[in-house]
Amino acid sequence: MMGGLVILWTDALVFLLLFFSVAFAVYAARREHLRGPWRQVVRSRVGVSTLVILSFYVVIGLLDSIHFEPQFSPDQQTGAQVQSSEVYSLFDRLVQPLRVRQEKTYSAPLATHLYAKENIEQPDGTVIRDFPRLQYGGAHLADPERDWAQDIMRLSLIGLIKGLVVTLVMANILFALLAARRSGGFAGAAKEVLSGKSDIPWRSVLITLGLLLMVLFWAVELSGRYHLLGTDKVGEDVFYQALKSIRTGLLIGTLTTLVMLPAAILLGIMAGYFRGWVDDLIQYTYTTLNSIPGVLLIAAAILMLQIYMSNHADEFNSLVERADLRLLFLCIILGVTSWTGLCRLLRGEAMKLREVDYVQAAVAFGVGHFQIILRHILPNVLHIVMITVVLDFSGLVLAEAVLSYVNIGVDPTMNSWGNMINSARLEMAREPVVWWSLMAAMIFMFTLVLSANLFSDVVRDAFDPRLRSSR
Amino acid sequence: MIAYIVRRILYAIPILIGVNILTFVLFFVVNSPDDMARMNLGMKRVTPEAIENWKAERGYDKPLLFNSASQGVGQVTDTIFFQKSLKLFQFDFGTSDSDRDIGYDISQRMWPSLAIAVPVLLIGLLVNITYALLIAFFRATYIDIWSVVLCVVMMSISGLFYIIGGQYLVSKLLHLMPISGYDTGFAAVKFLILPVLIGVVGGIGSGTRWYRTLFLEEINRDYVRTARAKGLSEGIVLFRHVLKNAMIPILTGVVVVLPLLFMGSLITESFFGIPGLGSYTIDAINRQDFAIVRAMVFLGSVLYIIGLLLTDISYTLVDPRVRLS
Repeated sequence: MMGGLVILWTDALVFLLLFFSVAFAVYAARREHLRGPWRQVVRSRVGVSTLVILSFYVVIGLLDSIHFEPQFSPDQQTGAQVQSSEVYSLFDRLVQPLRVRQEKTYSAPLATHLYAKENIEQPDGTVIRDFPRLQYGGAHLADPERDWAQDIMRLSLIGLIKGLVVTLVMANILFALLAARRSGGFAGAAKEVLSGKSDIPWRSVLITLGLLLMVLFWAVELSGRYHLLGTDKVGEDVFYQALKSIRTGLLIGTLTTLVMLPAAILLGIMAGYFRGWVDDLIQYTYTTLNSIPGVLLIAAAILMLQIYMSNHADEFNSLVERADLRLLFLCIILGVTSWTGLCRLLRGEAMKLREVDYVQAAVAFGVGHFQIILRHILPNVLHIVMITVVLDFSGLVLAEAVLSYVNIGVDPTMNSWGNMINSARLEMAREPVVWWSLMAAMIFMFTLVLSANLFSDVVRDAFDPRLRSSR
Repeated sequence: MIAYIVRRILYAIPILIGVNILTFVLFFVVNSPDDMARMNLGMKRVTPEAIENWKAERGYDKPLLFNSASQGVGQVTDTIFFQKSLKLFQFDFGTSDSDRDIGYDISQRMWPSLAIAVPVLLIGLLVNITYALLIAFFRATYIDIWSVVLCVVMMSISGLFYIIGGQYLVSKLLHLMPISGYDTGFAAVKFLILPVLIGVVGGIGSGTRWYRTLFLEEINRDYVRTARAKGLSEGIVLFRHVLKNAMIPILTGVVVVLPLLFMGSLITESFFGIPGLGSYTIDAINRQDFAIVRAMVFLGSVLYIIGLLLTDISYTLVDPRVRLS
């Protein structure tokens, strides 16, 4: 049973961002100077492969950004309708089993037994101390020792085959679509793609997509019966946590830029275009802000937020809302510390552009300053803005982890890779080592950051011809 | 030259005043001292007297900007802004919540910070420049391509992972070095090796890639072509011409971070239990000791501005094309 929609602050901004991106894409598609470089991006093998990976992350992030009211479920003992306390997302709904199947405490990836020994009462009344079976992980096995390996192999195989089949179906649809567009028919299109001769490197897309789908189906298949990446201290599925953290990582990486863009663009162009006292004032502002070490400014601001929140605890309806506001605030304060770089770049560019002939001509014709900025300056600095947005992303995702470690990042109750790593610090000291939380966070983060880094390289090369020569 | 430096220093003063006002607003206006007291004393059932006591102990019981109860100059000086904010200009940081002199703590704790930061910087520079030169030598071959891929991969790994992984591998599995801790004098060396090593390894990715771009930019210049046309060997071209010219951006990039080395590294120091300024700051943030955070914000800004100043000066020294204006 679905409750009504709940729109958190960050959700609203995510969809605003999505709207802007689509609007910008439409705008860019009609202008050759923006469209050309993007065409180059989608023609690069690295570009399309990373784009596929990034879109997987984005889809999960978006699914996780549609929230519903807490649902009512019948209580097991009394049968009365009980409202669960948490707002949940569409993504939670999809992976419901992962969310609700909690164990008691740690368990290793794909384990059938708990991490810690417990007193277990045998059927005959004696008590022995042993690792108890997990409540959900591998619960279907009669004799884990004998069947475990075989079961894992079987499930993996099924998953991989399913992934392969879906990929093949998608490949065939692609060939059919391509064949409909040009002569040569289905076989011709397939041959062109598979030999890697197509304009857009569809072969790379298919390989990346195939690998991702196989991993996805493998994970789905195994998660149905086991805890793929183990469970954490309170028995929550680590795989689920890592997936939930995607939204946090993406939000930090994108919302921060969204928040800082208006100020950076406006002030940067104004400083470069008007010069004089406007320039002095704006330069002074960003030098001052920049001279405070970023981490300390964030720490100071977050400390102040904590004080505010604990003094006005009654203003927040739920933990989720509170964590959400803190995330938004973190994005804003990260934006405040990171807009200066873009502002300085835009100032330099605007300074160059105001001396260009067509701007001089516009001035001579008596066109207003506002019009000139809007018509002549802004369109010509958009590529710088775009490169900065893409370049900043991976740095921000990494920064989140560090900030959460210092306790000035996202709310401790929120799923994030930083929080996972933070808790892993103590787990590494345990014997035997609890490595899976750390590993899961690292793998998810690494994949995202690596794809973003490679993608941003391609984008920068496409938009910045000066750098292209040095490759 | 001297006139230029003096002008730059004068220009720094309004920036410092700006930082000062900003921290004042952040720490005392956005949240009043009452809020801070309530936070520190625990939220529930705090009597007004307890709050007054807490404020009086720390000197937060004065008015923010203007004290009408005092006489003459006291109306301006006997305020929080004057006592807590303006005194920072004299490097008088006051006392922390645990009643220690912050200025003294800072002067003690900056040495362990430097003991890590300086070797990391120097060894890192050496390693990165060597590697980048090597890549430039083998440019446009498979060595180049795979090295760049390696750099991007290394850049994409979180710094936290280097630390946790390094600690686990070197200290826990191989038992080569102590996991964390610190000692005085030369005994500290064995505690320093691991953090320095990890600092260097963690910086290879971005550092090498950046230097490679610098080198490759120089390699396409005309003077390099001339040097080759003269018949100089590739090695001499790289070392005598390319390296020398690429050193300008490298040096100025280093100079700007030099003063900030004093601040230490937040993460490394707290992971390795090194009593430097980085862990000092983290502890202060976790204990919500505002006096220390305020002092560190101010100190950080001063050091950053000194860094900018040094960069400008070093530019004029190493690059004769830059004129003072």
